[in-house]
Amino acid sequence: MGDFPILSAMLAVPLIGAVACLFVGASAARMIALVATLANLALGIVLWVSYDIGGDQWQFQEYHELFAGFAYALGIDGIALMLIMLSVFLMPICIGASWNAITKRVGEYMAAFLFMEVLMIGVFAAQDLFLFYIFFEAGLIPMYLIIGVWGGDNRIYASYKFFLYTLLGSVLMLIAMLWMANAAGTTFIPYLMEYDFAAEAQTWLWLAFFASFAVKMPMWPVHTWLPDAHVQAPTAGSVILAGVLLKLGGYGFIRFSLPMFPDASAQFVWLVWGLSMIAVVVTSLIALVQHDMKKLIAYSSVAHMGIVTVGLFAFNVQGIEGAMMIMLGHGLVSAALFLCVGVIYDRLHTREISRYGGLSINMPAYATLFLLFTMASVGLPGTSNFVGEFLALAGIYQINSWVAFVCTTGIILGAAYMLYLYRRVCFGPQVNNDAAAMPDLSKREYLLLAPIAAAVLWMGVYPESFLAPMRSDIQWLDERLAAAEPESDAHLVIGEPIPVEAAETQAPEEEAL
Amino acid sequence: MDFMPSFALIAPELVLAITGLALVLVAAYGGDKFARLSSIIAAIAFGGAFALVAPAVCAGASGPDTLAFGGLFRADAFAGIAKLMIFAAAGATLVIAPRFFEKIGWMKTEFSILVLFAALGMSIMVSANDMLTLYLGLELNSLSAYVLAAMLRDDERSAEAGLKYFVLGALASGILLFGISLIYGFTGTTNFAGIAVAVSGGLNTGMLFGLIFVLSGLAFKISAAPFHMWTPDVYEGAPTPVTMFFASAPKVAAVVLLTRVSMEAFGTQVGAWQQVVIAAALLSIVIGALGAIGQSNIKRLLAYSSINNVGFILIGLAAATASGVSGLLIYLAIYVVMTVGSFVAVLQVRDAEGNQLEGISDLAGLATTRPALAWALLALMFSLAGIPPLLGFYGKFVVFQAAVEVDLLALAAIGIAASVIGAFYYIKIVKIMFFDEPADTVKGEGDTPHWALLLICAVIVSPLGYLMTPWLGNLAEMAAASLALPA
Repeated sequence: MGDFPILSAMLAVPLIGAVACLFVGASAARMIALVATLANLALGIVLWVSYDIGGDQWQFQEYHELFAGFAYALGIDGIALMLIMLSVFLMPICIGASWNAITKRVGEYMAAFLFMEVLMIGVFAAQDLFLFYIFFEAGLIPMYLIIGVWGGDNRIYASYKFFLYTLLGSVLMLIAMLWMANAAGTTFIPYLMEYDFAAEAQTWLWLAFFASFAVKMPMWPVHTWLPDAHVQAPTAGSVILAGVLLKLGGYGFIRFSLPMFPDASAQFVWLVWGLSMIAVVVTSLIALVQHDMKKLIAYSSVAHMGIVTVGLFAFNVQGIEGAMMIMLGHGLVSAALFLCVGVIYDRLHTREISRYGGLSINMPAYATLFLLFTMASVGLPGTSNFVGEFLALAGIYQINSWVAFVCTTGIILGAAYMLYLYRRVCFGPQVNNDAAAMPDLSKREYLLLAPIAAAVLWMGVYPESFLAPMRSDIQWLDERLAAAEPESDAHLVIGEPIPVEAAETQAPEEEAL
Repeated sequence: MDFMPSFALIAPELVLAITGLALVLVAAYGGDKFARLSSIIAAIAFGGAFALVAPAVCAGASGPDTLAFGGLFRADAFAGIAKLMIFAAAGATLVIAPRFFEKIGWMKTEFSILVLFAALGMSIMVSANDMLTLYLGLELNSLSAYVLAAMLRDDERSAEAGLKYFVLGALASGILLFGISLIYGFTGTTNFAGIAVAVSGGLNTGMLFGLIFVLSGLAFKISAAPFHMWTPDVYEGAPTPVTMFFASAPKVAAVVLLTRVSMEAFGTQVGAWQQVVIAAALLSIVIGALGAIGQSNIKRLLAYSSINNVGFILIGLAAATASGVSGLLIYLAIYVVMTVGSFVAVLQVRDAEGNQLEGISDLAGLATTRPALAWALLALMFSLAGIPPLLGFYGKFVVFQAAVEVDLLALAAIGIAASVIGAFYYIKIVKIMFFDEPADTVKGEGDTPHWALLLICAVIVSPLGYLMTPWLGNLAEMAAASLALPA
């Protein structure tokens, strides 16, 4: 790759596109946005191909001193690489999903999405504490506009709630970051990841970061902004929220909370487990009784994120690998499910489940793809989510079987609410004439859903492609956490290995001596 | 005594004073015919004064060479950087005001003269090295400001604003003067360095009372809670360009003065004033945030916003370190830009006849009808809320950094959590402009100078503004270092 600053290029392409979109008409803005996101996808593929698996921990590093201790420091490890890939993969799909659905102020809409892409890539690539914070927080502005300008009927309430909730969560993190920079004398994240903060300070720092990441994740009980935001956002906005923004919380835990404050992470492990267990069971039950498709998928996201946090705080390789795989898988699957909702919403303009029914008769291709994503969300073997959920639960089982037990019920409940949703939408008699008259997928919609379907199956059948780049980083994290690891509840006793015959033959020899 | 070195140090003030006096003659003999010309001359005078101050700031002037008139006046880099901000804000006022006053037929020659004298007063305030210089500058500024607030004497609200400002301002001046007399009585000197020596052994009750009275009087001038009551009324009633002036330049002057009194005269007794500053900071942040929520007039809202911002500025002072002072200066500079930008944007909101609209609901749907204005206001509002990547975030960043460095963690945590309340009304304005249906009341076109100024402010608060932070940070650091801190 030489010295080409590919990460900066990936930030620059959508940024230039965003500025250009502000000054052109609707159709030109659509084209610019599509070209920019596709160009970024191409750059992302180049990035993945040239990533040296098993090479340096941090690759593609760029470093420019800025001011006041800030630095423009970029660089990625395998974990960031995968999340960047997820972002650049979903962005062209978002633009495609908004192609016809958005008719007012198209230029500003596309600019907001491209700006969002800059910030998401920036969050995952930032290696400076405050650079990370800037990217992390700045995402509020475009998302606030996307929900508020192009959202549904109750968009204003949802946009306020989204903005204030997430802002309140993250401001305390800034104070914690200032303290860390002051104590450690650096803002360079790779250095901070190996810095040992005093145990007492870790407690407070961990809590400040937790406030931010728990809201972003979102964890029960601070998840309530998510259903509102999802329901009111336009389809592409929901895709980005579920696909990438929810991953910021998990990425934060894996990049900051766990490696920087291992002792505090172990100290608060019950808090995380407890909230995750409640999230998995409670939000799954809430999802069962929803009448609104988007709300149902939003609650299912909270439940899936519960399994992610449990996996992250399992303190072993399986758990963390599983959590990463769920994040990637959920990013694809929930994005696809929101697109599926968007497809029928564009036709009938309602998200009410009871307004549909028997869609497999008039929309067979749609029903097939929807089934695939439903099964992937349930965690059927062969799809992406199975790999992640299995690994995460296997990881937590090693350390606490009760937590594993409670979280596994989430898989069963997940099957219940997803299959129930699918039955009501696609099977049964065609009760509504207007729903029965809907045409099947258009070419554009095929183009949006087919790549995600392929990726979901790829991840389910050959997860090694995705696990390989992350392996050494997760290994490193596991070693970093080893000292703080909480005790397992299994209390395995390894017996003395005394084969019977050997014992018998040994005895006379000893006598002979 | 050789006065020449002293005159060289007060050259910027001399320029302003002589221009002002000359314009008084012009106004007395020429009347309002020369209104336009006098504002141009005054603006040129500010440019000249700016150029005269700039070298001292860039060189980081400090030490005994900066003392003039036997220690009454101090022209160090700290005062210099404040003067740059004051002159820039006053110049901006003169650029936008003529259009505003001409439209309503109230263009007076006195306006530019009053702005000149007010700025001269502020310039003396920030250079004060003696309680008497302090009072002199403060009163020159205040008396000019009272008249400026009541400029539109046919307008009831303007007259009310002037009267309110005068009554409460006089009360605050009295409190301040009483404090000064107590300090003089118990320390035997009015010179800052002398006071610093006298209080180095500890404060007795009289000195403490004096200090509290001085702090209260100055808190009134910077409209810090709980001395903020006058701010919304005066800001609402005063003509908009005057409000812009009030919200920017005098704030800089009074904050810098407060910093100098606290750090130089009472620098050995940090504990005595730090708690007062902390209380005022937190109260201002919370009251500024909560008070703004119910407002329907944009100028009142910006008044509460300025109270809120003063709270953050005071956090830098509460740190009581050089980095705190430098953070405070950076915040002030960014705050001046944001304030000027917001008020210029408000000036652009006019109906078909060119009348000023001040209701927040009049902004509805501005993003559709006037996209450029709406985007500029959006940037300014998010910047005031301190959301990165806009420059307002950097201001908050540096003051909180200073507070965390000296372990004022509770102050930092509460302050930043309260800033979320403030974010609510900033995003409410964005909501009204971007999410609501157009109200179709904003028709008037903006003027070129307004657009130019708004564009400059918007570019500075945009992420491009970060390019100037190394330079700004450097100047602020030198300025903070030039403070004569008692050992």
